[in-house]
Amino acid sequence: MFGYFFKKLLVVVPTFFGVTLVAFVFIRTLPGDPVMLLAGERGMSDERHAQLMAEYGFDKPILVQYGIYLKQLAGGDFGTSIITRQPILQEFATLFPATVELSLCAMFIAVFFGLPAGMIAATKRGSIFDHSVMTGALTGYSMPIFWWGLLLIIMFSGILGWTPVSGRISMLYYFEPVTGFMLIDSLLSGQEGAFVSAMSHLVLPAIVLGTIPLAVIARQTRSAMLEVLSEDYVRTARAKGLGPQRVIGLHALRNALIPVITVIGLQVGVLFAGAILTETIFSWPGIGKWMVDSIFRRDYSAVQGGLLLIAAIVMFVNLAVDLLYGLINPQIRHTD
Amino acid sequence: MRKTKNLIAAFCGASLLLASMSAGAAPKTLVFCSEGSPEGFNPAFYTAGTTFDASSRQLFDKLSSFKRGTTEIQPGLAEKWVVSPDGLEYTFHLRKGVKFHTTKTFTPTRDFNADDIIFTFMRQFDVNHPFHKVSSGKYEYFNSMSMPDLLKEIVKVDDYTVKFVLKRPEAPFIANLAMDFASVHSAEYADKMMKAGTPDKVDFEPVGTGPFQLVSYQKDSNIRYQAHPNYWAGKAAIDNLVFAITPDASVRYQKLKAGECHVMPYPNPADLEAMGKDPLVTLLKKEGLNVGYLAYNALVPPFDNVKVRKALNMSINKQAILDAVYQGAGKLAKNPIPPTIWSYNDAVVDDKYDPAAAKQALADAGVKDLKMKIWAMPVQRPYNPNAKRMAEMLQADFAAVGVTVEIVSYEWAEYLKRSKEKDRDGAVLLGWTGDNGDPDNFLAVLLGCDAVGNANRAQWCNQPFDDLIKKAKVVADPAERTKLYGQAQVVFKEQAPWATIAHSVVFQPVRKEVVDFRIDPFGGNVFYGVDLK
Repeated sequence: MFGYFFKKLLVVVPTFFGVTLVAFVFIRTLPGDPVMLLAGERGMSDERHAQLMAEYGFDKPILVQYGIYLKQLAGGDFGTSIITRQPILQEFATLFPATVELSLCAMFIAVFFGLPAGMIAATKRGSIFDHSVMTGALTGYSMPIFWWGLLLIIMFSGILGWTPVSGRISMLYYFEPVTGFMLIDSLLSGQEGAFVSAMSHLVLPAIVLGTIPLAVIARQTRSAMLEVLSEDYVRTARAKGLGPQRVIGLHALRNALIPVITVIGLQVGVLFAGAILTETIFSWPGIGKWMVDSIFRRDYSAVQGGLLLIAAIVMFVNLAVDLLYGLINPQIRHTD
Repeated sequence: MRKTKNLIAAFCGASLLLASMSAGAAPKTLVFCSEGSPEGFNPAFYTAGTTFDASSRQLFDKLSSFKRGTTEIQPGLAEKWVVSPDGLEYTFHLRKGVKFHTTKTFTPTRDFNADDIIFTFMRQFDVNHPFHKVSSGKYEYFNSMSMPDLLKEIVKVDDYTVKFVLKRPEAPFIANLAMDFASVHSAEYADKMMKAGTPDKVDFEPVGTGPFQLVSYQKDSNIRYQAHPNYWAGKAAIDNLVFAITPDASVRYQKLKAGECHVMPYPNPADLEAMGKDPLVTLLKKEGLNVGYLAYNALVPPFDNVKVRKALNMSINKQAILDAVYQGAGKLAKNPIPPTIWSYNDAVVDDKYDPAAAKQALADAGVKDLKMKIWAMPVQRPYNPNAKRMAEMLQADFAAVGVTVEIVSYEWAEYLKRSKEKDRDGAVLLGWTGDNGDPDNFLAVLLGCDAVGNANRAQWCNQPFDDLIKKAKVVADPAERTKLYGQAQVVFKEQAPWATIAHSVVFQPVRKEVVDFRIDPFGGNVFYGVDLK
């Protein structure tokens, strides 16, 4: 098991290094620069522009800038935002819990509904339920997040008034963040109704963000289950007289879960991508919106640092998924 | 409505805000659905209106100020000022008894005085000032208003008198000092933070004399303020002010309808009709202090020929643009300054829309089969809600007189950079929103010879025009200035470096319970003076 873990870790290190290069080059290949944006329509003289570029160190050769960046990173310094003048790590740490909270809830919804839907669809192949699940999954997968979010807001917040429109908690409540996770902080605050308010604010964005992963998980579970259900050992188990619950729940599901877990791991990246739009629509103060704003403002340090931290998290999750394979199926860790 | 009442009632539970409550009276909390997070809380560092809304317009005062909802100058922290006959010395007599905010980290021991003015301006002016480089400060507004070239020295005459000595006369100087970058900070707070080794707290945990003081800020989520109990002009009518940061315009409207906020900026044009009919909402509107234009490049043939520029101007159906692009929410522009600015010359006659005459004028100018580029901005701006659509309409208008147009666009930062190049190929769609209500802020910044290769996108340097605006800048008499700017507008119209398109109308929906909210001509949101029913 240790060898398996070590091999996986070896792949992560060069990937991480590659990400630093991609993040660094990516933001600099975009046209325009942060200094020009600072001036807006007003413009700025060439001399002042050159002076500010020099003050920020953007006039140095790109390789030198990259070297300085790596040196800073080695010391644990992710840089300071050009715009807000705040350390990147501090900004990230402030906003990250909101994205995690939203993503976890979205993933919970996706798994909680996606797995059973896919399983039942597979066992009742060709039924109305199967067709409904697959049509629903395709629709969910195809829906633009922005449109879907607005539709839900207009329906449930605007017309029915069941949920709040946006934000993380009602403006009624005020308390200092402790963990950054609103559900936990609202409980810790001891303020009556705060937790319920935080929950009600989470419902719509979690549904919107969880829709695509839900669709993917349901489809993947269905196809994996169909494949497994046609295997000889399932037929044998049935022939031996095992009940359908035991055959599906124990023998089939465990084997079908491997590709499903792979997909769930990959959905973490999808969640971060979807968070950008979801956070914008629902005024959710997370890292998705922060990244987009940073890109538009050409905040080099924020984009580099943010991309690197997000990539590190996605890599970590995928590494964890790889390790989970090894636990679920010992064959994998022995043959890989 | 019920939600709003609940919101107001329950918000008072926040212990930090209890202090602002008078015994027995329900506190009033106004929620503003702002469009974005501020970049920071020191307005001297930034140029964005979103940042000014969150900082200078609530937390700080300036020496002079703009009367709410107008461009009229009135005393601020200076009760009065005296200008020397040569226009080089401005002596400000400061208001007494002005209190700074008391915060978790700072309790002022003295009232506002001349030291605070010296600190505020010397920090930006003197590169060796101990605070100049704190928070990596870049004072772009101070620089772009040419303050380093203009100021000779700032002298403390006594505790309540300060003298600004200029290198040359500058008529708009008082208006400049009412701008956001001139927000006055506490020197005592700065000293205390410097001694504590945390000088940057001055910029992130602001202390001002303004009508509201900062309670908390959660990035991309909300900003909370409470009324400054000892505000020199009297405590604000509302007790608490909350900025609920809501980037999407449609979502802002849903929140307004649901009673989750009282005021919202930048409504979606498509929602305006519904807002006008909404019984819970009052849709305020005001002519904007802006202009949207098409700037030719007067340095590149054939646009160096005034006849060609005039001919092209005659071929533009501006009314059609106003209807399609501004959807009626605008006013045809004939001058480079909006009608809301003093010295606007209403006697100027606009180029008449006449494609046949335009075609003939082009032929007379010896221009045949002209091919040109029109640059369309990639972003929506207050002065131009849809530049690409506008470019397409101009393309069709120009095609009708035999001019072939290729529409080009670049990413916004690149657009700003490339459009100022002197050898730029083509005419550029751009615009401007005024900073201080002074005509100089439009005419010199956008059309002066000094601005060629920079904000003067027409690259147009006309000596008679430049002489007029330079003279107007140093003359103290407003009547004389009005006359000079009026003449400058006539020269502008004759020379046609731009096709002036429109001045947009600004809309702002507020809930019915909001009392006396006034649209700020500078595009800001000011909540002192606003009340709730």
